[in-house]
Amino acid sequence: MKIYRSHVLVCGGTGCTSSGSKQIQEELAKNLKKYGLEDEVQIVQTGCFGLCAIGPIVVVYPEGSYYSHVKPEDVEEIVSEHLLKGRIVTRLLADERVGDEVKPLEEVDFYKKQKRVALRNCGVINPENIDEYIAMDGYTALNKVLTEMTPEDVIDIIKRSGLRGRGGGGFPTGLKWDFAHKAVGDKKYVCCNADEGDPGAFMDRSVLEGDPHSVIEAMAIAAYAIGADEGYIYVRAEYPIAVDRLKIAIAQAEEYGLLGEDILGTGFNFKLSIRLGAGAFVCGEETALMTSIEGNRGEPRPRPPFPANKGLFQKPTILNNVETYANITSIINNGPEWFASMGTERSKGTKVFALGGKIQNTGLVEIPMGTTLREIVEEIGGGVPSGKKFKAAQTGGPSGGCIPAEHLDVPIDYDNLIEIGSMMGSGGLIVMDEDTCMVDIAKFFLEFTVDESCGKCTPCRVGTRRMLEILTKITKGQATMADLDKLEELCEHLKSNSLCALGQTAPNPVISTLRYFRDEYIAHIVDKKCPAGVCKDLLQYKIDPAKCKGCTLCSKVCPAGAITGTVKEPHKIDPEKCLKCGACMEKCKFGAIYKE
Amino acid sequence: MSNINLKINNIPVSAPEGSTILEAARAAGIKIPTLCYLKEINEIGACRMCVVEVKGARNLVAACVHPIAEGMEVLTNTDKLIKSRKRTLELLLSNHDKKCLSCVRSGNCELQALCLEYGVEDEDYFKGEEQHFELDTSAPHMVRDNNKCILCRRCSAVCEKVQTVSVIGPNNRGFQTEIGCAFDMGLGETACVNCGQCIAACPTGALYEKDFTDDVLAAINDPEKYVVVQTAPAVRAALGEEFGMPMGTDVEGKMAAALRRIGFDKVFDTNFSADLTIMEEANELIERIQGGGVLPMITSCSPGWIKYCEHYYPDQLEHLSSCKSPQQMFGAVTKTYFAQKFGIDPKTIVCVSVMPCTAKKFEIKRDDQDAAGVPDVDISITTRELARLIKKCGIDFTALPDEGFDDPLGESTGAGVIFGATGGVMEAALRTAVETITGEELKDLDFVDVRGTAGIKEAKYTVGGLDVKVAVASGLNNAKVLMDKVRAGEADYQFIEIMCCEGGCVNGGGQPRVHADVRNFEDVKALRAKALYDNDAKKQYRKSHDNPSIKELYENYLGKPGSEKAHHILHTTYVKRSIN
Repeated sequence: MKIYRSHVLVCGGTGCTSSGSKQIQEELAKNLKKYGLEDEVQIVQTGCFGLCAIGPIVVVYPEGSYYSHVKPEDVEEIVSEHLLKGRIVTRLLADERVGDEVKPLEEVDFYKKQKRVALRNCGVINPENIDEYIAMDGYTALNKVLTEMTPEDVIDIIKRSGLRGRGGGGFPTGLKWDFAHKAVGDKKYVCCNADEGDPGAFMDRSVLEGDPHSVIEAMAIAAYAIGADEGYIYVRAEYPIAVDRLKIAIAQAEEYGLLGEDILGTGFNFKLSIRLGAGAFVCGEETALMTSIEGNRGEPRPRPPFPANKGLFQKPTILNNVETYANITSIINNGPEWFASMGTERSKGTKVFALGGKIQNTGLVEIPMGTTLREIVEEIGGGVPSGKKFKAAQTGGPSGGCIPAEHLDVPIDYDNLIEIGSMMGSGGLIVMDEDTCMVDIAKFFLEFTVDESCGKCTPCRVGTRRMLEILTKITKGQATMADLDKLEELCEHLKSNSLCALGQTAPNPVISTLRYFRDEYIAHIVDKKCPAGVCKDLLQYKIDPAKCKGCTLCSKVCPAGAITGTVKEPHKIDPEKCLKCGACMEKCKFGAIYKE
Repeated sequence: MSNINLKINNIPVSAPEGSTILEAARAAGIKIPTLCYLKEINEIGACRMCVVEVKGARNLVAACVHPIAEGMEVLTNTDKLIKSRKRTLELLLSNHDKKCLSCVRSGNCELQALCLEYGVEDEDYFKGEEQHFELDTSAPHMVRDNNKCILCRRCSAVCEKVQTVSVIGPNNRGFQTEIGCAFDMGLGETACVNCGQCIAACPTGALYEKDFTDDVLAAINDPEKYVVVQTAPAVRAALGEEFGMPMGTDVEGKMAAALRRIGFDKVFDTNFSADLTIMEEANELIERIQGGGVLPMITSCSPGWIKYCEHYYPDQLEHLSSCKSPQQMFGAVTKTYFAQKFGIDPKTIVCVSVMPCTAKKFEIKRDDQDAAGVPDVDISITTRELARLIKKCGIDFTALPDEGFDDPLGESTGAGVIFGATGGVMEAALRTAVETITGEELKDLDFVDVRGTAGIKEAKYTVGGLDVKVAVASGLNNAKVLMDKVRAGEADYQFIEIMCCEGGCVNGGGQPRVHADVRNFEDVKALRAKALYDNDAKKQYRKSHDNPSIKELYENYLGKPGSEKAHHILHTTYVKRSIN
């Protein structure tokens, strides 16, 4: 193996790729050649580092310099200054507060409170090279399982670890495996749910892009545990990089004899295939996912029978989420006690969250269960930008709910989140500030579920549409209190009557915003006001004559010609013509325009 | 299988393991409403009408698919459930074309019945955006009106699972979901076989046959026209249901009386031409067996089956008997032999058929079905349309006396009447073929091996030293099993009877609609078939070749079965079709 004096890690996750990390790799290669460093410095394309907001990210080892917002034109400076002369390019460092000194990653605020288990190899290894995975103890867990353990031993370890499904439901993984292990069948399947669909969530994508072998190895272990010899990874077609890396990883594992027939000479067979999802959110529901793999329209089917008994092609099947699998090998290698030492009483280990919305550090974080929302938002996430006030955080995507400021100190785990009216979900975490209208947010999520309802059962197919219509009426100021009653009635109806979790949880965004922000609903309905100033139909742009200098700028930018007035005289907005686009308010230098 | 003990509405109930809550409740006399559920066909738990409370369950569960468990405690009629069902109905109504008064299902609609049961007092409770669809009138036999569709998927499940045709299914998703054909094709452009089983499955007025009752009345009222009617065997076994009579009542006599009162010039019977079909088909079979023709020979009475074969097994058409169906033979004989005998210009004859079948509407328009140079049959109506016609004409059906059919095309044997049940054609053919081959009179006319509602039946007979192996299939899923064997050269039968619809014509797509809550728990096919077998048992003649009118037809007109004239009038050809 060749030894390099420096390694340049370039993020090859979707976020950084779309902000140009491919060109940076090309520039790096060109410049390393130009400066004659190609034999001394190795470029490594890695998975996601997590701080997507400041990508593309380039990290140079052994120093550990964390360069952010790197542009192709910065590359020559990194090569000629840092790699050639050893002078760190401080202007590109992510955290400029450290000055010339480079803080180890784990001391940076963003990483300090994180604990990377599922993401352990993301941003560390080249996901397209199985040797790097093996060098990080990859496939030792599979080896251990196949050569030293019985399937019952494996299930026992997973049970004792306390691992619960990371896809949203939080079902104990070991128990799920045990059911499938005990189910009688001539054929069994292991499936991986990589149909990540919550708006803003991308942890599964990052794991597949950054560490695909961790999922493959875990699936092989699961197959051994339940007695399966075939598996499918159901991944959305909108994740092309993840799909490519999975294909590469599967081919490499097959080449190494880690997938296929007689794995590691133990007689254990496991064939793994990829199935691409066509972008239906409902296919993240386990029975819909299996129906889709079978080649049918992706729709859920009633349970029981549960997949552990009759799953894919009516055979005993387990389906776990990407992040769940990404925890398995660490549990085998480090022991269940190690895993169970992290987290809370009933939620063990860590959880990856995709931070988004009104927060400084949007990106991917992995925290031990039990971390508070405040720690995530204020410390890891760097708080709400522009000095705005935190209003709520939304977790669980369209199935989840909003957590208001009063619950910022609740330790995050499965049960606590349900207790406060939200849910873990797959790990999307959207922060909202004072400028967010909670009715509008509920409407946004309902729009999503209306679009994504499969149309099979009545409550979800028609009910979500009716809920959205009522929410729309509310945001337009056309609703009455009777409509609100009907909305709540529909919430209850969908929750208890829908066929699958999509419909059963579709009302959650409404239920939770009603629970914590009912006054906002009332304001829309009774006072015909949107307190956050978001719902266009309920607000008016006005000019304060005392502040207006008559500069005419507003009337020039108004696309509707709604602003009139003489030069140097206060102007006026015609509410009939005003489109409420806000362009005038943005342009006014005197702060004379306000919303009401 | 052991029994499971549970409590339903606090009453101890015991039911076999594997039963659903719905079945266990039903057995205990507790009714749970259903809408999307069709036993063994559509078990998808989608409509949510059958929700019940199960102690310990997080949400309400669908009784139609939820298996019972030991010690389970189920509640089926709490106020919460009653309200839930009402809300579900109101949601359905909010996207449903509520023109109930002008709906073909008015008074017979499953949705309407449930709304009444659950006390829906405001059909606009959840008023909101409604979907609007163009009617699909492209098929020859039916109309699809998605404005009345409630997306229960019973139609597409029947099309896919029972008929293996799969030309309809859900398109789009969510609120935009609609039942349609691939690529939004019209049903008429697809490989639909016109069986009408989707209509029979539909709980509402979204699917219905094209109605030709006004055309029939117009013909009757046209003094220039000589209007003749024929009634298929299976019609008499089901028509009474439209007038509140118990399922399986044979109303042959009242039906003939009603038709006469409607004003047909002659009231004839397709049973007559069923006998004629046997004469030709038995002869063709014997010719094929003795002359080394293509075997197995397969019956050709069922136009849905024929179209299926043409689409899906176009390479196997030589197995089909060249005999026209009884409907077509009847028309052909009417416009040749009968017209000649009674000196009527065939062009003035309007031949109306009453059929348990929607595919017959397609069959009358097929090529090579015009023995007299005009279409053999002019108008084909279903049993449902006949009921409508009787009601329209103000006839008090149940009060009618029993009357007979007119001569000469009204005379038939028991062999003809059993055509309406699966295995009936086979049995009728065997009665004639065996006597023809052996030259001896059969002692026992009942070929019980080919009776019953099983999807596929097989039997073996030794006839005059000849081993004859036969098979009977009904429902295209079962036909497919046999046809795959035929195609693979593995079917060592001499003769196969195939009927498009499960159970044969008694269960045809043109028969009175049976609500799912009856259909799921009663054997409709068997009840109706029994009426036909009872009719057969009572007949003076029970073998087609004993029918005096048939004998006369051959003696005076056709010569003998398979003669050149018989071929010209009573046989037809088939076309290869593709799958769209």
